[in-house]
Amino acid sequence: MQSNAALEYDYSVAKLFTYTTILFGFLGMLIGTLIASQLAFPELNYMLGEYGTFSRLRPIHTNTVIFGFTLSGVFATFYYVGQRVLKVSMAESKFLMTIGKIHFWLYLVGALAATISLLLGYSQSKEYAQYEWPLDIVIVIIWILWGISMFGLIGIRREKTLYISMWYYIATFLGIATLYLFNNMAVPTYFLTDGLGNFMHSVSMYSGTNDALVQWWYGHNAVAFGFTVPIVAMVYYFLPKESGQAIYSYKLSLLSFWGLMFVYLWAGSHHLLYSTVPDWMQTMGSVFSIVLILPSWGSAINMLLTMKGEWNQLTENPLIKFMVLASTFYMLSTLEGPIQAIKSVNAIAHFTDWIPGHVHDGVLGWVVFMIMAGLFHMAPRMFKREIYSKSLLETQFWLQTTAVVLYFTSMWIAGITQGMMWRAVDEYGNLMYSFIDTVAVLHPYYAIRALSGVLYLTGFLMFAYNMIKTMTASRELTQEPQFKSPMA
Amino acid sequence: MFHWLEKNPFFFSVGVFVIISFAGLIEILPNFTEASRPVIGLKPYTVLELAGKEVYKKDACIACHSQLIRPFKSETDRYGQVSLSGEYAYDRPFLWGSKRTGPDLHRVGNYRTTDWHENHMWDPKSVVPQSIMPAYKHMFTNIADIETAYAEAVTVKKVFHTPYGDEFKGTREAWEAHKPTVLAEAKEVVKNMKNKDVKDAVANGEIPEIVALIAYMNRLK
Repeated sequence: MQSNAALEYDYSVAKLFTYTTILFGFLGMLIGTLIASQLAFPELNYMLGEYGTFSRLRPIHTNTVIFGFTLSGVFATFYYVGQRVLKVSMAESKFLMTIGKIHFWLYLVGALAATISLLLGYSQSKEYAQYEWPLDIVIVIIWILWGISMFGLIGIRREKTLYISMWYYIATFLGIATLYLFNNMAVPTYFLTDGLGNFMHSVSMYSGTNDALVQWWYGHNAVAFGFTVPIVAMVYYFLPKESGQAIYSYKLSLLSFWGLMFVYLWAGSHHLLYSTVPDWMQTMGSVFSIVLILPSWGSAINMLLTMKGEWNQLTENPLIKFMVLASTFYMLSTLEGPIQAIKSVNAIAHFTDWIPGHVHDGVLGWVVFMIMAGLFHMAPRMFKREIYSKSLLETQFWLQTTAVVLYFTSMWIAGITQGMMWRAVDEYGNLMYSFIDTVAVLHPYYAIRALSGVLYLTGFLMFAYNMIKTMTASRELTQEPQFKSPMA
Repeated sequence: MFHWLEKNPFFFSVGVFVIISFAGLIEILPNFTEASRPVIGLKPYTVLELAGKEVYKKDACIACHSQLIRPFKSETDRYGQVSLSGEYAYDRPFLWGSKRTGPDLHRVGNYRTTDWHENHMWDPKSVVPQSIMPAYKHMFTNIADIETAYAEAVTVKKVFHTPYGDEFKGTREAWEAHKPTVLAEAKEVVKNMKNKDVKDAVANGEIPEIVALIAYMNRLK
């Protein structure tokens, strides 16, 4: 059996996904900054002809960030964390190694094909589920490959008990699989008509109100299982590893995990308040959204308490700073969401810029920060070099934090302003503003948001530069660091 | 129990799956048949309108426009009667949207004309000076894919029993036979347009995207 010598983990797949995390992160944020600027300065719509309008680019922004950047980050960290918490190396199984490699290359090809298809206008027009059926099939195959990797590693594990991070990775796999399959059910028109029309085209299995219900059951929970669950998996691994502190409470992690699993899925119908779905479903969505604060804050508080008595690390180690800020933004975002899900608040907030504001304090503050911190922790261990620059890391932190604050504050003001203007009536009960009045007033906020995009993107470029330098030019390490990642 | 689950990945996964399935089963399934019933008198989209809906999807109009009028006086004053579930019975996919960077469009056919749309899509600022919407000039030259729209009509008739006439069959002959109807409908729209290239295209039997899109916009009432 295994000797006492430390296992030599194989990071080749983790490295590949690290590269795509950086690539897709840059592309997704670049397009995001561009479309944010288009809302402030509409002339920017005409740089690429038909392919450069806000509407054509917006789905590419969301999909590149979700399925490009975030998923790459999830896979990269999984291929790193999975081996370590299961105490088994990828190198031990030729089969799993091959599956891992195919998983990556098919993912890369699929992601590029999917992006091109959106650029050409192939779209089911369901948010975050725009890809047409042939691409859906590719995505399902990619997902199955990840499943084989994960359960394969679990199958040959030495550590019998699954660590908390593994719970969350498994839930990510199952959750996305279920949601994606049901929401993308569609009938390709080509086959039922002896080959009439476009091969790519399909019609949704569901219509109208039903389609809305399935879509937001998916849409909300794609956020849950893409932007929350696997990111919690990361923080449960990387924070204790980087700080050298044990997780504060096992019971709290249990409560948060099973609570999150049960509650999250109910909340989807809060996207459909005051719509034509039955009232009781709307109320359920609203109520469960409030309940959702408990398991969300459970995880976040567990993280913050893990740092108990060690807060000096916050000033000494920028990676701890990233992770603590990420946990804090997770708390902010999971409090803001439930507030927006209260029916009377939603009446004002829905359809306004407060919603993208909410999404972005979650994604920019929590998801991206956590993924970057995870990759920074992994880099010295994967590439056996210290992190290239601590001062760059510090600058990046403050630049991006400023950017997030600018983003959500401007969008809060924009959203509430517009929501109030839509419903404002004069003393005779007539509407006070025409629609365009409520658009024109938003210009300064859109400009601030565009600026915040530029700042955040600059910060991300610092991250990319720091990572690339770490991989290639940094001082080599003779020994794997135990806790704090070494940095110059 | 939890300790045991954490050592048995199979049962752990089953547990997670069961827990996450509850909500979907209880919230979505019970209402399924009822919610898909059309309101009385609702007609399925014509092939031209379907082609227009494809243009709407292709250029992701949904990114900025909703099609859902909520039950508030401020919304019914602005956009018209509250939206009803049965009005969406033939909408695959639903296009309610989630963001109103521009106004709601669910009843835009009641208060905007072909002529207005033509000017607006060519240059939004010519009709609404403060508009931040981009111009969609490419819709005046791109040709709408009416064959795919026809295939969609036949598919939903076959699979979901959407009430299209008996002439809707999935063969090339049936399509060729139906084509003149689509062109005739396009000609009706073009009567109220002024762009010469668009008029010429329709006269030559090709339908630019803008014509299909306007047919769809006019249908939204």
